[in-house]
Amino acid sequence: MSESSVRLNVFKTYKLYVGGKFPRSESGRVYEVSDSKGKWLANAPLSSRKDARDAVVAARKAFGGWSGATAYNRGQILYRIAEMLEGRREQFVREVGEAEGLSKSKAAAVVDAAIDRWVWYAGWTDKIGQLVGGANPVAGPFFNLSTPEPTGVVTVVAPQDSSFLGLVCVIAPVIATGNTAVVIASEKSPLPALSLGEVLATSDLPGGVVNILSGKADEMGPHLASHQDVNAIDLAGAGPVLAKELEIAAADNLKRVLRPQPVDDWNADPGTSRMTAFLETKTVWHPTGSLGAGGSSY
Amino acid sequence: MPTTLTAFADVTTSDSALRRFLHGLPGVDAVGLEARAASLGTRSIKTTAKAYAIDLAISMIDLTTLEGADTPGKVRALSAKAVNPDPTDRTTPMTAAVCVYPDMVATAKAALNGADVKVASVATAFPAGRAALPVKLADTRDAVAAGADEIDMVIDRGAFLAGRYLETYELIKAVKEACVRPDGSAARLKVIFETGELSTYDNIRRASWIGMLAGADFIKTSTGKVGVNATPANTLLMLEAVRDFKAQTGIQIGVKPAGGIRTTKDAIKFLVLVNETVGEDWLSNTWFRFGASSLLNDLLMQRQKLSTGRYSGPDYVTVD
Repeated sequence: MSESSVRLNVFKTYKLYVGGKFPRSESGRVYEVSDSKGKWLANAPLSSRKDARDAVVAARKAFGGWSGATAYNRGQILYRIAEMLEGRREQFVREVGEAEGLSKSKAAAVVDAAIDRWVWYAGWTDKIGQLVGGANPVAGPFFNLSTPEPTGVVTVVAPQDSSFLGLVCVIAPVIATGNTAVVIASEKSPLPALSLGEVLATSDLPGGVVNILSGKADEMGPHLASHQDVNAIDLAGAGPVLAKELEIAAADNLKRVLRPQPVDDWNADPGTSRMTAFLETKTVWHPTGSLGAGGSSY
Repeated sequence: MPTTLTAFADVTTSDSALRRFLHGLPGVDAVGLEARAASLGTRSIKTTAKAYAIDLAISMIDLTTLEGADTPGKVRALSAKAVNPDPTDRTTPMTAAVCVYPDMVATAKAALNGADVKVASVATAFPAGRAALPVKLADTRDAVAAGADEIDMVIDRGAFLAGRYLETYELIKAVKEACVRPDGSAARLKVIFETGELSTYDNIRRASWIGMLAGADFIKTSTGKVGVNATPANTLLMLEAVRDFKAQTGIQIGVKPAGGIRTTKDAIKFLVLVNETVGEDWLSNTWFRFGASSLLNDLLMQRQKLSTGRYSGPDYVTVD
């Protein structure tokens, strides 16, 4: 026996992230993922419509707890995701570099921007309410208060090219406000998204709040768009033909649809529009309780 | 050549004769039973077969509400759902029955308003069965008098587990007599064994035979009030018992698994068990029932998926 240390590499089996667990595709299928130069990187699960269905069930189950959590708590958890990512920065720099053909320094910049994006949205969780809600002046002795409420289960077709920063930029605003998400990762480079699942699983994020599927958007998309238990769909990564098809399918149960927006630079200030796209406004009236004989007064 | 029930007349003459008979039944191969039940659960039922199975399963449901908090309003809502499970699709079959506590029978009967849905009532101090015999019989007579079409009784598991088989037998016989209406017709009697409390498969087989010998019209797994309810294995065992009983006496007896069956997939697995064990004779709601409440919503969602091609969601079925 030779003393030389010839060691077999241990390859990672990339798996889906659904309901806080890491299942393989129900279909048993995988597809080859290669880097920007065509070199094989790994096999990723090729999810089927049944995986998508299971993900919706998981997301629906998680919705009550997540939307009911305090905004402060959600902010803490989103910040925790950033902390966990920071600890696995090297891994993500390598994966993003391979997936998008970036140099190490450029990939590092992308990962740093993604981490900062989680921190940005972590700060927004308990402030968006003041921004888009508030007290409305009404003609009567009532307090009239509008508060933003999460829409529900949101399907996200993640951007195809920006496989990590773009992904974070579409997931974080959805869950920051209390929605739960079913994400179809970039078909070409799903590995950073699948690894993100491992980070989310260790960030106190309740299972099912984010569910990550890899595979073909045009295979799963129509089923998710027509799914009666999905409340909204973000078409960020859908091409024009697919986006139109999904928008028509989504009309059936009056889903909220966020059409694909041209994004030149995912680094740019995201604003609040991605959060408000998946919020609904609830307005309540409440008597001021001080109706004296001489009329109302506060 | 099937013999008749008289062939078994002497086994119920005394406690010792009944014990000798029950303990002479072949022992159950627990591993084999579970493996058989599991292997029958792997059948793939798709498209038109699935549509047929879903409609059949809906028509076999005893839509159940057995809570201390049951109100007349809830029973009326449940009855309306039994008659018309999916208001958006009138081709949906009715359920077989609604299953309620005895004091709600009249309410359910009135709410059903003559529709072809039976009213089943639990009785005999359900679910524990811990009451004196006169109380149990009065409970049964009350339910029958209020208009129950079917009575779901519980056996005295204490007596059964203590080995007092004849007492268990006599209880079922007495309740059977209490099911008779003044006009001579009788409510169908379902006998609940509470399989989760019987500890062994051998006991489930023995209890099944006691029930069948005593004149049960249905044998039912459980109350739904304990940890272990209907499982494919214990239902398979009971199906084998009714199959053997029919082979020997010519008398057909129904089976009702109850509790813990929540998804369409589970329900279809049970239908496969029925078809493969006792055959098509039992594939109707006269001979096979599901005791369930949330199962119906899942069946309706699957039915909507098949008819529209879109996955449905809980927003499109009732909240019970």
